[in-house]
Amino acid sequence: MPSGTGSLHPAGTGRRLPERGLLLLVVLVLLEGSVLPLGAAGSPDVTPPEHGGGHKASDPGHNFTKKAFPVLSLDYHHIQLPFEIALWVLLASLMKLGFHLIPRLSSIVPESCLLIVVGLLVGGLIKLAGEEVPPLLDSKLFFLILLPPIILDAGYFLPIRPFMENLGTILMFAVVGTLWNAFFIGGLLYGVCQIQPEHSSLHAIELLPCLLFGSIISAVDPVAVLAVFEEIHINELLHILVFGESLLNDAVTVVLYHLFEEYTAAGTVTVVDCILGMISFLVVALGGVLVGAIYGFLAALTSRFTSHVRVIEPLFVFVYSYMAYLSAEMFHLSGIMALIACGAVMRPYMEANISHKSHTTIKYFLKMWSSVSETLIFIFLGVATVDGPHYWNWTFVTVTVVLCLVARVIGVVGLTFIINKFRIVKLTTKDQFIIAYGGLRGAIAFSLGFLLDSELFPMRKMFLTAIITVIFFTVFVQGMTIKPLVELLAVKKKQEAKRTINEEIHTQFLDHLLTGIEDICGHYGHHHWKDKLNRFNKKYVKKFLIAGERSKEPQLIAFYHKMEMKQAIELVESGGGVKMPAAVPSTVSMQNIQPKKPPAPKTGDRAMPALPKGREEEIRKILRSNLQRTRQRLRSYNRHTLVIDPFEDGLSDLLIKKHKMIELEKKIKQMNNYLTVPAAPPDSPTMCRARLASGRNTDFTPAQQQKGNRAGADPQAYSMKPESGSVPSIQVDLASPQSPDSVNVMDEFRRAKREEEDEEQGLMMKPPHGQSGPSKTGEPQKMTRCLSDPGPSADEEEDEPFLP
Amino acid sequence: MGASHTRTEPNEFQDLMDKTGFSVEQIKNLRKRFLQLSGNEETISRENLDSIPALANNPLKKEIINAIFDKRNQHESEVGSFQEIGFEQFLMVMSHFRPPTLKTTPEEKEALRKEKLRFLFNMHDTDNDGTITLDEYRKVVEDLLSKSGAIEPATAKGIADAAMLEVASTNVPHMAPDEFYEGITFEHFEQILKGLEMETRMHIRFLDVGTATMRCGRSTS
Repeated sequence: MPSGTGSLHPAGTGRRLPERGLLLLVVLVLLEGSVLPLGAAGSPDVTPPEHGGGHKASDPGHNFTKKAFPVLSLDYHHIQLPFEIALWVLLASLMKLGFHLIPRLSSIVPESCLLIVVGLLVGGLIKLAGEEVPPLLDSKLFFLILLPPIILDAGYFLPIRPFMENLGTILMFAVVGTLWNAFFIGGLLYGVCQIQPEHSSLHAIELLPCLLFGSIISAVDPVAVLAVFEEIHINELLHILVFGESLLNDAVTVVLYHLFEEYTAAGTVTVVDCILGMISFLVVALGGVLVGAIYGFLAALTSRFTSHVRVIEPLFVFVYSYMAYLSAEMFHLSGIMALIACGAVMRPYMEANISHKSHTTIKYFLKMWSSVSETLIFIFLGVATVDGPHYWNWTFVTVTVVLCLVARVIGVVGLTFIINKFRIVKLTTKDQFIIAYGGLRGAIAFSLGFLLDSELFPMRKMFLTAIITVIFFTVFVQGMTIKPLVELLAVKKKQEAKRTINEEIHTQFLDHLLTGIEDICGHYGHHHWKDKLNRFNKKYVKKFLIAGERSKEPQLIAFYHKMEMKQAIELVESGGGVKMPAAVPSTVSMQNIQPKKPPAPKTGDRAMPALPKGREEEIRKILRSNLQRTRQRLRSYNRHTLVIDPFEDGLSDLLIKKHKMIELEKKIKQMNNYLTVPAAPPDSPTMCRARLASGRNTDFTPAQQQKGNRAGADPQAYSMKPESGSVPSIQVDLASPQSPDSVNVMDEFRRAKREEEDEEQGLMMKPPHGQSGPSKTGEPQKMTRCLSDPGPSADEEEDEPFLP
Repeated sequence: MGASHTRTEPNEFQDLMDKTGFSVEQIKNLRKRFLQLSGNEETISRENLDSIPALANNPLKKEIINAIFDKRNQHESEVGSFQEIGFEQFLMVMSHFRPPTLKTTPEEKEALRKEKLRFLFNMHDTDNDGTITLDEYRKVVEDLLSKSGAIEPATAKGIADAAMLEVASTNVPHMAPDEFYEGITFEHFEQILKGLEMETRMHIRFLDVGTATMRCGRSTS
């Protein structure tokens, strides 16, 4: 135990927060160490604890009359398995948390390395306690539970465009590259083994086991690649090349693995076998894709009908993809390919069908699962290293590591030479280096090695040791140095900026333009076929899979809606429109770009300071009508019906409206100057009250009483203390179209601000502010309404006074 | 028409190769296509392009044809548009769609990017006043959406407005309420499309692109 704390401590010395995090970790490690020994005895087999539990339970039954009723009893076995699982997950999550509390450490060492170290420590502790280490990275657990979330996350959020544009290159690396690696490593290893002296154990190894080992060790691992590449933020092209390769080489690995395993058992290989192997590869790869596509299609079709039961929408994504994975595994097809295909196929249709909230849920769940899985995998890798039966052979291990590196470099350089002849955007030497260097090996290789039959492969121990060494070498040495190298070589990084609408317009524009130019040149290339496919998709598939109007919605409009949605949420969260979200930190408004400004509203605006009263009246009127409209649309909330999402209802001109609001905000500020009183911040208590009372400057209690008849008028505007968080939700239950969640989030934001402002000027608020108050209510009011249920017809008239 | 035979000789292409950077084979291929489109005439007219069946579904058909007949895309400082263009002009327009090669230096790449962006800019800026006004932009978006079924005109307008607003706010962050953003200048246009990496995206695969075009031109000379 002291050794564990000692090695963890230096990184966080002198810091409060990291230390606290570390303390937590240490406590957890202690807990883990003390609990596991208890459980480990029963963990290899699940039945004994159950048996014991049953036995115990039956005992009191016999002595029912004699024994007193046990008030408190301990039955650990009863909960052992789920409890231990939960503990592991908790450990993993806390570790992850801990590392991010120490920014200095996590900036130098990749998370994956640290996790492996943690795994080593935990494994060491278990060993020290003299207990048996549970077979954590057992192939079943790994392939059926831990791997799918990561792959699904990767598949669902796969950047389709760059992936498809580089598909040729990716396939080349994944198929030819992996084959080359497998045979090069396997063949040379065999050669090395053969030149060993007769009596050594290496000499006895035959060619087929060597090739099998080569095929296990040659595949680039998606988990390791993801873990490292996500931290170095490399440009999209390189990322998709390395990552795509790691995903697609699965088919090759699966086939080679089964092939060689089979042949090792049989002992001989014929030409027919080779041909069968190739056919098998095609079947495994294409079959996997087909299975995935079918499930993806089904998922999309299902999501077409979920509009009434929004809460289970996200589940379909997970269940269908998992089924796809399992179905593919059932036939020994490539499960990874199936998952990728499933995710990629369903996503565009899913996104069109499901609600915005469901989409967020899917995103978070996938990210959560995949990151927990990833963390667990690396920790387990560490534990398994400590545990595993090892047989260290210097020659074999060193040769393997060197061969892996050499094969990768030769493979990449050689293949790039060929690929560059066909690529339009050539791969530079730097790119090649990063691709070669990014070829990390990981837990998949280990699990495959673990799967080997030790009767058939007497050298399984040595293989496992070598595999672990290669994994450690690539993850630690390459994983840690790749970041500095990327910076040293000045490899182009990923742009962090969000996609702008102009970029989206021009992406589409470019697509059509290039298709058109190709057509004029009479050359039916890439763009031509893509266009054909798109048109087919739009004409038939979308209509079939997407419910309602959105099937006809072009991509650009969908993008536009999404962007509006995001900005609207940001706007609401930022507190009503005075402070713009960082995305658009400018004062430019529609007015500035509108070519012709009709004079009427303008003069009205200009005249506003002079006659604030009339203006105010006008605004108030609009607000009232707003309130009424909102109330008409209120619906009751129940657990199974999520609120109608604004995203689905189409916020056709929300963005413009938002800018109008900002404009209005500005004008109100001007107006306030004329009123010679300091402008009241829109979130000040006065404002809230004013908003609630909509014009009448009532104080706290009456407002609350009024709530009854004004229920839901502005649920988010009213909360004075953090404890009163339930107040808005109650209102929601009555009438608001917004879910309690969203309301609470907004409240959180408002509350934070309001409390600050309370301190500053809480008591200074005087009735005069009330005059500007109602006019300001317009912004949040309108936003709320737009978010919950925008009615285009209503908006048009209400906006007229401000800007046509 | 008799001239077309003398033009097909390799050394006749030398001039075109230097000007446009295409390889002999590419020029030959394009020449074949050109003659096919024009019906073996020396020049090509709008009607010739209009009748390409594959273009019928392209929402940008009009813009593309206009761009091909646009004098601004001829690397000369002329403005206006042709009624008919010859093969050389055709090649000049097509040369905007050449991909960069591995040997392209960063400066050349930058120039290439500018040139490609200028082509796009000219497609938007129909009246050649150096800015894309809101009306012009709206037109572009409308056309872009024109083939995707029934779209309310207001939506297209909204998108164009939002896009314009975005340009204005990124380039001129602080504007007084009564100031007026006239339109997107080329500099602003460049700025907003910085993220698109035009130099590596705006290209098509001309047949026989495998032999890097520039190199091929030099080796035969």
